[in-house]
Amino acid sequence: MAKIHGHISINIENCKGCELCTNECPQESLKMSDNINKKGYHYAVLVEDNCTGCTNCAMVCPEAIITVYRQTKQKRQPVAVISNVTENLNINID
Amino acid sequence: MTQLFPEKTDDPYLYLAGDESYKCELIEEMNQVWRRPDSLIDTPMHYCPGCGHSIAHRLLMEVVEELDIVERTVGIAPVGCAVFAYNYLNVDMQEAAHGRAPAVATGIKRVLPDRILFTYQGDGDLAAIGTAETIHAVNRGEKIVIVFINNGIYGMTGGQMAPTTLAGAKTSTTIFGRDPSVHGHPLRIAEMIAPLPGAYYVTRQAVNTANHVRKTKKALLKAFQYQIDNVDGTCFVEIVSNCPSGWKMTPLESNELLEDEIFQFYKLGDLKLPGKE
Repeated sequence: MAKIHGHISINIENCKGCELCTNECPQESLKMSDNINKKGYHYAVLVEDNCTGCTNCAMVCPEAIITVYRQTKQKRQPVAVISNVTENLNINID
Repeated sequence: MTQLFPEKTDDPYLYLAGDESYKCELIEEMNQVWRRPDSLIDTPMHYCPGCGHSIAHRLLMEVVEELDIVERTVGIAPVGCAVFAYNYLNVDMQEAAHGRAPAVATGIKRVLPDRILFTYQGDGDLAAIGTAETIHAVNRGEKIVIVFINNGIYGMTGGQMAPTTLAGAKTSTTIFGRDPSVHGHPLRIAEMIAPLPGAYYVTRQAVNTANHVRKTKKALLKAFQYQIDNVDGTCFVEIVSNCPSGWKMTPLESNELLEDEIFQFYKLGDLKLPGKE
């Protein structure tokens, strides 16, 4: 299964540190920072590179501060073309 | 030394989270699949951390944007925690007296029939002081959407018992737990109004997990679409929410309590669908 790469960006100054996104992430790639923002809350950060862009964190974020990016699906490139199977087999390899 | 207050920058991370955040080089090639709706005013909300009200606000604005009715939507703000809803929802809003949002919506819908009306009410507003207005508005079959946020407590005034508080729940006015023989039984508003002939679509949803949020959005989309189609009846969407401050819990604990106890009493799902009795 081809892995889909995703990414999120968090507006950490509006984060209230409710930890709902870290609980909801199926890849466990979010955690709460040790630092605090200007309001005094520990904010959420993306710490792993295994994000798939499933938007679960954005769905449960009460402040709607998470923007989700996802890689576009790559079209499969053929590595070999097989033609003329019944008569004489042709295989073209790029 | 760690940077305590990260500085604002112009890159897509908005604010760089120091060196601890994972930085992706492929972000230029990626598609933006989700972002904050434009109709939700870009300001920090006054709700407590983890409150379900903010998610309901966001879902309403997503739905209104998807149906392309931002210009002709009128919302009625309640009294309660969501009293400042007009500071966040960038549609026409009207503040109503305590519990009287369905009555105000009735008036606006009858004067301006091409507008899409929704009321946004909590359980102190809709289930306590405004029960009569709610029942009669639904019984008349007013063509409005009633969004009912049920968190089983009076969150704004400091966690007093609401009519929807579960039996045995400790609040600041029922310190030994709610006793049904003294304080009455919890009220299931959605079950109460579903048999009324004026109710067209009655459903109960939740916003505690991502899947429940997606289902709630679908229910709201359906309710607004019915009103655009000008069906003869009221659409009622109850959203069971958490109240971490009122329940004296962390947001995660309050979401677990919803799954463990509250959904046993307030069962999720559609209570009345069009064409079915």
